[in-house]
Amino acid sequence: MTTPASALLIAFLATVLVLVKPLGGYIAAVMEGADHPLLRIGRPLERAIYRVCGIDPQGPMGWKSYAIALLAFNAAGAVLLYALQRTQARLPLDLQHFANVRPAMAFNTAVSFVTNTNWQSYDGETTMSDLTQMAGLAVQNFLSAATGLVVAIALIRGFARRESSSIGNCWADLTRAILYVLLPLSLALALALAATGVIQNLHSDVTVRTLEGAQAQVLPMGPVASQEAIKELGTNGGGFFNANSAHPYENPTPLSNFLEMVAIALIPAALTYTFGRLVGDTRQGWAVLAAMLILFVGLAVLATSSEQHGNPRLAALGVDAAPSALQPGGNMEGKESRFGIAASALFATVTTGTSCGAVNSMHDSYLPLGGLVPLFNMMLGEVVLGGVGTGLYSILLFAIVGVFIAGLMIGRTPEYLGKKIESFEMKMCSIAILVMPVVVLVGTAVAVSVGAGRAGTANPGAHGFSEILYAFTSAGNNNGSAFAGLAADTRFYDLALGIAMWLGRYWPIVAVLAVAGSLAAKKRVPVTPGTLPTHGPTFVVLLLGAIVLVGALTFVPALALGPIVEHLTLWGTVR
Amino acid sequence: MKTIRPALTLLLTMTVITGFVYPLIVTGIAQALFPRRANGSLVVEHGRPIGSRLIGQAFVAPDDFWSRPSATTPRPYDALDSGGSNLGPTNPALVAAVSARIAALRAADPGNRAPVPVDLVTASASGLDPDISLAAAEYQAGRIARARGLALATVRALIAAHADRRWLGLFGEPRVNVLELNRALDALSATPRRGPGRPDG
Repeated sequence: MTTPASALLIAFLATVLVLVKPLGGYIAAVMEGADHPLLRIGRPLERAIYRVCGIDPQGPMGWKSYAIALLAFNAAGAVLLYALQRTQARLPLDLQHFANVRPAMAFNTAVSFVTNTNWQSYDGETTMSDLTQMAGLAVQNFLSAATGLVVAIALIRGFARRESSSIGNCWADLTRAILYVLLPLSLALALALAATGVIQNLHSDVTVRTLEGAQAQVLPMGPVASQEAIKELGTNGGGFFNANSAHPYENPTPLSNFLEMVAIALIPAALTYTFGRLVGDTRQGWAVLAAMLILFVGLAVLATSSEQHGNPRLAALGVDAAPSALQPGGNMEGKESRFGIAASALFATVTTGTSCGAVNSMHDSYLPLGGLVPLFNMMLGEVVLGGVGTGLYSILLFAIVGVFIAGLMIGRTPEYLGKKIESFEMKMCSIAILVMPVVVLVGTAVAVSVGAGRAGTANPGAHGFSEILYAFTSAGNNNGSAFAGLAADTRFYDLALGIAMWLGRYWPIVAVLAVAGSLAAKKRVPVTPGTLPTHGPTFVVLLLGAIVLVGALTFVPALALGPIVEHLTLWGTVR
Repeated sequence: MKTIRPALTLLLTMTVITGFVYPLIVTGIAQALFPRRANGSLVVEHGRPIGSRLIGQAFVAPDDFWSRPSATTPRPYDALDSGGSNLGPTNPALVAAVSARIAALRAADPGNRAPVPVDLVTASASGLDPDISLAAAEYQAGRIARARGLALATVRALIAAHADRRWLGLFGEPRVNVLELNRALDALSATPRRGPGRPDG
């Protein structure tokens, strides 16, 4: 780690940590319907929405009703988004006269945006009409983030409530999450980004004669800042442009890059405090955040130092890749000058630890260990902060597994936050945790076994395998980043990855809501001297153990075939 | 029905709020507060836009600072096809591409034996990188000075004057905007730029 790289990491962590308590406390207040000045402004709109939609915000919902409501809402969103793409040529606002999106790609994109994955098999600049972008893709950036957030809130209620048959009202939760959390934050961030140079207009493309003038250059225009803001805050990651956050119009300066990284981490980190506040013991939230950040720092350091080393095969050609006051040095293939190594590798760690998937550098061109970090980050189940809501509920599943293992070791009925963990919870936890590895490994195995899967790889050898493994890991975890050389705009990948995204999203969500419902119905058992405290270092270690054990045991064989073998090839054959 | 009505109506309501109202409000405020930036940071010369400060351009003439390699298709710095090469670190095509770029740099500047700065021979992520590192600018300074008939010290001073350095020595990367630098060269050399890019002939 160079000094600037360390400084950036520290500044990033400090900024996020400072914001955790105020935002986490605010989200707790909002979701529990408490009073707040900002809420008073939005209250009339909130009430109007309830009236129009026939919603009783106080109406109690058991976990099954909550799950059915959420699935219906998401299914409706997917159908609308599919329909928009399939008919866009006949609808208004198709200014560039794009054709209707073909069925497999429309299916993939609809699932991708509704599941908060934002995997893009289409080309950002040249596929979707303005109407599809605005009324379809941008809307799902908000709705999918809200979906994740309300599931986390429902699970928190499961711990906080006693002998209750309700885990809240799904419709009211969704409405509040959007109106009071996602919209105000997005508005503020969009304007901050526009101030740094992210474009925000409704103009058509601008054609310019360049300075050397051999060819005209066509500059794309559009409402980018508004979409960029929710793309990061909602851990969505779907770029306006093909190059995503590497594009200078999405991410023009080191400052805009810093804001985007903080925005990605912001809500997931803050939700740990929301959790602590709502279960009545903020230390519980800090313990969870500590576990997340320990993993985060380790992975960020590994990615940065790997990329800073540079590619030995280029060094052999006489390329100067040493960091200095005049250059970032390192592995600059697929990276931008304004971000260098430090801000690229940190962004890659943030975007894959959360379920964001936005990229400001091309992960496919990372060195083997540098590329292993984003891959492994996702394989841990996206709990290194994690997505909006998904990060918290996923790590709480690991916490339940952790206390269960500890309970077995000391011979006591395991309990977490005063709730007994019994066989139903453990079954649901196992289902929620294990579906992702199944989807990823089976998907990869199928893809490497059939010609349609192998045909997509852009790089030879072990790296080609990594491209396929990365695609299914990204889809199964609803991340959306890619080893982008893989030609994923084929029927095979559109369908296979679409199915992976759907299963990877809703299977765990239903299981988590089931856990929430079951916990909410339980009594709270009093704390005794025999109770395992879940706010101290012991618990943090236990939690880390559960996460790493599951992640490593499941995925090390696959990693060995991809990035690890490539690492050995790269450094073993250079003298 | 109890579920379907709110599912559909809430979806449509939120589509209006987040899909139309929100981006229009942001557009209105951004256009009022920072119109130049919100409209793409265009560089205007003689009343015509000649590019954007944020979007790189291809430079190939020996008397211009060259931009970084770009992987966009069908031609470099095509702003409608942003993206990187996605070449993996062990791909022989990467080594071949970098070797060819080194050869081109050496051919344009035969006397220069310095090692080539890495960013000058690797493709950027967007293919539209507007900057090069200060090292990459320094590497080209000798060639530019000869081609333009300027003193080396003058060219180096120009780089220094347009450099973006690390803030507090820590944040951001040391770099210089290639379009700005080449325009500054033009202003210095006084001889008119030949070629079709020159406005008003």
